[in-house]
Amino acid sequence: MLNSTTATISERNALVVNPAKTCQPIGAMYAALGLHSCMPHSHGSQGCCAYHRSQLTRHFKEPVAATTSSFTEGASVFGGLANLQQALVNIFGIYNPDIVAVHTTCLSEVIGDDIPTIIKKSREEGKIPEGKVVIHANTPSFVGSNVTGFANMCTAFVTYLAEKSGAEATPTNVFPGWLDPSDMREIKRLAAELGAPITLCPDTSDVLDLPQTGIYEMYPKGGTTLAQLKGLGDSPRTIALGKFTAHPAAEALEKKCGVPFDALDAPIGLTNTDLFIDALRQAAGVEVPASIEAERGRLLDAMSDIGQYFHNVPVAIFGDPDTVIAVTRYALELGMVPKYVFTGATGKAFENRVHELLDGPCPAAIVKAQADLLELHERIKGDPVKLIIGNTHGKHIARAEDIPLVRVGFPILDRVGHRLFPTVGYRGAMRLLEKFSDALLDHHDRTCAEEWFELVQ
Amino acid sequence: MTTETQPTESGDIAAIEGVTPEQLRAQLLDGLPSKTQRKRAKQVLVNDPDSPPEIGANSRTIPGIITQRGCTYAGCRGVVIGPIHDILHITHGPVGCGYYSWMTRRNLARPKPGETNFMQYCMTTDMQEDHIVFGGEKRLAEAIREAYRIFKPKAISVYATCPVGLIGDDIHAVCRQAKEELGINVFGFSCEGYKGVSQSAGHHIANNGVFKHMVGLDDTPVEAPYKINIFGEYNIGGDAWEIDTLLQKCGIKVLATLSGDVSYDQITQCHQADLNVVMCHRSINYMAEMMEKKFGIPWFKVNFLGAQSTAKSLRKIAQFFGDKVLIDRVEEVIAAEMAAVRPVQEEIKAKHQGKKAALFVGGSRAHHYQDLFADIGITTVSAGYEFAHRDDYEGRDVLPNIKIDADSRNIEELDVEQDPVRFRPRISPEAKAKLVEAGFTFSDYQGMMREMKKRALVIDDISHHELETLIKTWKPDIIGSGIKDKFIIEKMGVPCKQLHSYDYGGPYAAFTGAINFYKEIDRMLSTKVWSFVVPPWKN
Repeated sequence: MLNSTTATISERNALVVNPAKTCQPIGAMYAALGLHSCMPHSHGSQGCCAYHRSQLTRHFKEPVAATTSSFTEGASVFGGLANLQQALVNIFGIYNPDIVAVHTTCLSEVIGDDIPTIIKKSREEGKIPEGKVVIHANTPSFVGSNVTGFANMCTAFVTYLAEKSGAEATPTNVFPGWLDPSDMREIKRLAAELGAPITLCPDTSDVLDLPQTGIYEMYPKGGTTLAQLKGLGDSPRTIALGKFTAHPAAEALEKKCGVPFDALDAPIGLTNTDLFIDALRQAAGVEVPASIEAERGRLLDAMSDIGQYFHNVPVAIFGDPDTVIAVTRYALELGMVPKYVFTGATGKAFENRVHELLDGPCPAAIVKAQADLLELHERIKGDPVKLIIGNTHGKHIARAEDIPLVRVGFPILDRVGHRLFPTVGYRGAMRLLEKFSDALLDHHDRTCAEEWFELVQ
Repeated sequence: MTTETQPTESGDIAAIEGVTPEQLRAQLLDGLPSKTQRKRAKQVLVNDPDSPPEIGANSRTIPGIITQRGCTYAGCRGVVIGPIHDILHITHGPVGCGYYSWMTRRNLARPKPGETNFMQYCMTTDMQEDHIVFGGEKRLAEAIREAYRIFKPKAISVYATCPVGLIGDDIHAVCRQAKEELGINVFGFSCEGYKGVSQSAGHHIANNGVFKHMVGLDDTPVEAPYKINIFGEYNIGGDAWEIDTLLQKCGIKVLATLSGDVSYDQITQCHQADLNVVMCHRSINYMAEMMEKKFGIPWFKVNFLGAQSTAKSLRKIAQFFGDKVLIDRVEEVIAAEMAAVRPVQEEIKAKHQGKKAALFVGGSRAHHYQDLFADIGITTVSAGYEFAHRDDYEGRDVLPNIKIDADSRNIEELDVEQDPVRFRPRISPEAKAKLVEAGFTFSDYQGMMREMKKRALVIDDISHHELETLIKTWKPDIIGSGIKDKFIIEKMGVPCKQLHSYDYGGPYAAFTGAINFYKEIDRMLSTKVWSFVVPPWKN
């Protein structure tokens, strides 16, 4: 398993090996699936769309509808105008969504297709039916990463659709960033429990976590609606949950419609959930009910019950930056010692935020953006950890080094839990706590000397 | 849904659920925008096995249609070359293409002890904006040097993605220079995603590259009485291992399986084979043709999916070698294997006889898997390929009549000549003539349509809309497709077997694989899941 990897940190300037990120368009596609009756459209060669649909489908085990401009060499030379126009005719003619959300690819970016001009021309020529909406985001694959693509598409929701009408709107906007549908559902449950009306944008629950009913619907009931998107600009406040995937859209909304926002981290772990609940409480002007405090209390109780197993446990955390930042904070709360905190995404902002968390308690931690899993593995070989927290791509390192892996983030291609249970909120923290402790104790039970194998723990 | 109008074992497909194939065809095309409808009408056909109608295969997918298809890069790096497990594969481009082709196809491999399976490593130049603006050749050259320094591979293969072609990076010059500098084989593939209408262009580019840069490099003799290569077998779920084990039992040695669990050395030596047999005609017929021209190795089509098909393929290989000992040995092996197959086959066939399958996948699997389904009495009422050409549907007879369009012209046709030293006809003209006279066919593929029922519905590059309509109307009992369709189909209450990944099951090839497949289909058709869809309070 990965047996050409050694404990020497290989010097590299040009070669990325086992990336801890992927390209922008998949993020844009995922974000667009969180709008109601929206067809994500990939403007490029059809392989991009096929790869993104496949990867999203493997993660969610749900239908993922998306269309492509199917570039061949001609379009690559002469531009993608004709392809995008024909695509719009077919999409509205056959699949009839309310919204088409176009994202670009490296191919259409390099040839310089001007999407707003194509949309304008298509509308003038009647290729976009009355009442239908086409929006776009530029998502060149050679800039940023999958999280940038998600943020760019979310920003496009705001710049294209949010309006300040002056009408009095009560719901607080919640921009969840890149979370799973189970997490979106949990955020809505918490808000309902709190009695705080929210508009969640995007919202992939009831789109990518559908019940088995024997009926397939291309546009199921979930997703942020056009009316909700328009109403974002009238909301008194936005709570944005994640520096990389949620804050940019909140900034855009503030700029466009003057809606102030709370810039929080993803609500993973005790403190991050506290901050979210507190912000929502204040925004909505409500009191936190006893039921939520009891949830919090149960989490805290579990943390104190089994805290001994987490104390000083060295961990490696990798994946998309918003997830990694939030999980790092929770790991600290549990008493673990984050030793390697890696993302493949670009951004000093990641390193700065993680250093804010770790410089006091764990000054020796190695924190890196634009890092890859080869380097993570090399470092683990040289100085191991007891637990790896990251996506499915960590499983080879986990097996090679016999270190348990707890799957958190995207993509999870080989386990089922993330589709059913949230990671966010107090309940999500309980679930993670269970997974972390199970992983550590199962490993201990499997590997410890027999005289230390205990019935009760 | 399994009870209504069944096509008979031998007869035509008349009507299913009260809808004739012609009516269903009209339904599939109905309501499409007119230009789209005209194009799709050439790709949705009612079959006539005696005289297959011309199908508009290997043509561009219409923009805006939800298609199964991928790109040229996927066909080249992902399908054909990726499974060579002991060389380094570097994707030159932004991070996505390399990332998505990282272990997502199930090309299982068993490297020799101590060797590295480089498929576990995804290597990319992760091009950034300044490389797009100023060119990426320097970065590629540096990446190759770094890869060599860290991993010391036998060879390095480089793949171009869309932007690389557009900005004009000369990956081949970079590779030539690296080859000279590092003293190992380094070669590149201009497999930019936009090069063709589907993965198929990438297969062709890959074949050309493997032929130019690997085949024939090592003449160290490989001795065995019956030496063959298997082409177009990718060891998904261990299929190649089943086939190899079976052939070993017969005394036949497989030099190389292109490309399933295959090493660089096996490919460099595989020109010493006496016969090439082809599983997936679409992805690798180019290689079979080129090796015949250059080295004199004949080829023919086989199919190791399905017990009957496996037996037939083994017999054909034995007949080619014409050696009584081999022919007898093959019969003994078939008899022994069939003894294990038959009871399972009969038990499962009794349960599912007359059910209907629809298969939309690949460039050969939609054909091959019909044989496995037929083994257990399930009729394929509709099928189509994702990226095949007319010859894969209608048979190779149509090759001279296929119009070469601008997209196909993009792909280089190698000018292959007879090797002055190593060309050696593996069979004498007299022996060959005798075999042909007895009905033996070389360089053959009859295509899918000749082996399907009359009036089965053939759908090339099926779109989402067509699939949904077909399921609602004809109500197939099971569908074979890929990951992008699987959960659409299953949301509609129909089990879907992924025929790219096998849903992480398998192997399904050869006799033992056939048993696995029958049992798996039995499981899928017998699962209780669908019976729980309606809760008791709604009954």
